[in-house]
Amino acid sequence: MPADEAQSGAEVLLRALKDQGVEVIFGYPGGAVLPIYDALFKQNAIRHILVRQEGGAVHAAEGYARSTGKVGVVLVTSGPGATNAVTGLVDALMDSIPVVCLTGQVPTHLIGNDAFQEADTTGITRPATKHNYLVKRAEDLARVVHEAFYVARSGRPGPVVIDLPKDIVIGKAPYAEPAAAHPSYRPQTEPDHGQIAKAIALLKHAKRPMVYAGGGVINAGPAASAALTQFVRMTGFPVTNTLMGLGAYPASDPQFLGMLGMHGTYEANLAMHGCDVLLNIGARFDDRVTGRLNAFSPGSKKIHADIDPSSINKNVPVDVAIVGDAGRTLDALIAAWKADTTTQDTQALAAWWRHIDAWREKDSLKFTQDMTPGAIIKPQYAIQRLYELTRAVDKEIFITTEVGQHQMWAAQHFHFERPNRWMTSGGLGTMGYGLPAAMGVQVAHPDALVIDIAGEASVLMNIQEMGTLAQYRLPVKVFILNNQYMGMVRQWQELLHGGRYSESYSAALPDFVKLADSFHAVGLRAERVEQVDDVIREMLATDCAVIADIVVDPKENCFPMIPSGAAHNEMILGAEHDHEAAGITDEGLVLV
Amino acid sequence: MPDTTHRSATISVLVDNESGVLARVIGLFSGRGYNIDSLTVAPVESEGGRSRINIVTSGTEMVIEQIKAQLDRLVPVHRVADLTREGPHIAREMALIKVVGVGEKRVEALRIADAFRARVMDATQESFVFEITGATEKLDAFIDLMRHLGLAEVSRTGIVAMARGVRTI
Repeated sequence: MPADEAQSGAEVLLRALKDQGVEVIFGYPGGAVLPIYDALFKQNAIRHILVRQEGGAVHAAEGYARSTGKVGVVLVTSGPGATNAVTGLVDALMDSIPVVCLTGQVPTHLIGNDAFQEADTTGITRPATKHNYLVKRAEDLARVVHEAFYVARSGRPGPVVIDLPKDIVIGKAPYAEPAAAHPSYRPQTEPDHGQIAKAIALLKHAKRPMVYAGGGVINAGPAASAALTQFVRMTGFPVTNTLMGLGAYPASDPQFLGMLGMHGTYEANLAMHGCDVLLNIGARFDDRVTGRLNAFSPGSKKIHADIDPSSINKNVPVDVAIVGDAGRTLDALIAAWKADTTTQDTQALAAWWRHIDAWREKDSLKFTQDMTPGAIIKPQYAIQRLYELTRAVDKEIFITTEVGQHQMWAAQHFHFERPNRWMTSGGLGTMGYGLPAAMGVQVAHPDALVIDIAGEASVLMNIQEMGTLAQYRLPVKVFILNNQYMGMVRQWQELLHGGRYSESYSAALPDFVKLADSFHAVGLRAERVEQVDDVIREMLATDCAVIADIVVDPKENCFPMIPSGAAHNEMILGAEHDHEAAGITDEGLVLV
Repeated sequence: MPDTTHRSATISVLVDNESGVLARVIGLFSGRGYNIDSLTVAPVESEGGRSRINIVTSGTEMVIEQIKAQLDRLVPVHRVADLTREGPHIAREMALIKVVGVGEKRVEALRIADAFRARVMDATQESFVFEITGATEKLDAFIDLMRHLGLAEVSRTGIVAMARGVRTI
């Protein structure tokens, strides 16, 4: 259509979305967005997935974005439509996920009048987004949409809201092509070569090196993960991934020490504590990773590569700061490593690996499953069997999670060889994330096996999205580790609050098998250890959505654990190990 | 150990003159718990151009570096300059000060105002409104002296600042 032909704002909006490569929108209609829904009805280029609550739409868009590397798109109405989306927006902000959320707004002449379904959406979402826009003039519409996509995906990705008053989408609007360059927002992606040289000088002389890689590597695209793998292998260094970074380095590789942090492995955390040169790529020294800051990796020179300059020296002062895209930084490190003729201290490195191997022998993720028929199921065992039985499946496998103990067990016992296969709410810790996120992943990958590893409490927070799975025949598998408690809350109450289980037990849980049935899905249940494999096999063989209710030991705690306010070398190991760790300090009690 | 000494920083920020930009900057400070000791904002280019925000803040070196990095990643921000760090700069502030009184105190107020080069902008039989411009400390000192002479109301602009010499933001 020629640019001068008069189109409505809604048509211009959809055209701009199409030009941005949008194929799917997750949304929910309402008064203020009816003209946009009308325009959607009249076209076929963009598919709309009708969710059951706006919060589900944002998590679905996040799942879509994280599994494809594209920008996820959401469309919701004004007022409650926008406010329901806020949790998902903050979730995407914390985990650096590119999402564009279109919100309806009352007509411009009613803004500020407390009109029906009016909310100050740009005011509410200002701290919840990377950036937001209120389109007040039709001639700005197309430019704003293009700019929003640029902002969402550039630099450190994040959510962007475009608030669209109803008169703007009804009235005529001109189209505009994307601008060549943004006037002010131009993040640095190319690393500084002086800093790269300083980093290499430290790394070449390292006796006890450690690589700590996070979600920034995933966000930089699959090539960045490949570069990370190449760099780690050529240097012989040990590597750990954050919760957000799982899959950036192949889990089966012997140089991989597993996840680090509060529920990370013994070897990863002790290697962080004991290293002399720490290379952080695309991670942000989160409190769940560092433990007590003044005892964090006390003897190391620290190199921090991040695309966001504000992440550098925020929590942990570093010796070498590299601002840039993780992939380009790794490419530059690889080139500089090869060009530098300094020989590594291979003897020191070998001695370092002997230390690490001794820590590994602790087998900190060990658990004991009683295999007697009728025995209660350990949650770790259920995930281990899920992992083992899905390895034989000839499909791409994507895992999402809710938030809590099951999430940590999934991170520990499900292993990822490739990036973009693991979707979890890391920064915000949003219960109810996993089911809608899995929905978004399945929309992007219709032939893949998509599993939401869930807890019974979390999954109920967005259980309405089972309806979306049914409507679009999305064969998502919901694998519930049902311990009848908000397990992580219960665990902290046991360890920190004298076993006073205040409000962490959910009485009157639904019958998940019947619940699945009423949502046109298949419900399965395992209550005894010998049923686990059968239920998993049946779940995998079912070609529609499944809820597998795995009734697990309600008393099981997630270990290893670095208590709040403790250091990496003060981990608590599970009952299978000798207790040798420090208790939780008063200072630790105030942390969460 | 990280440096825990606090310093004051005068930061100038060049932003797009668009709605919500000031809320973005202020929200960043309140949301992340940074101090604002003074803040001024006004357009500095003609129509649709840019505005300049001058902020006086304080914190440890690490916090001030954070503030600059956080400001710099806001989409409508074009330039962030730490005037305190980047070299000599001038920082000026203006205030309107109302002093109410009669007799000897009134005369004394006028005499001090003259010494401080404050101008009388309004006068009645029992009041003056002085306009005074200068460094924050000078304004503080003047206001302090007026306290005993019938100080009734103060309105201050907050500082505007600029680097000395040929350097621009």
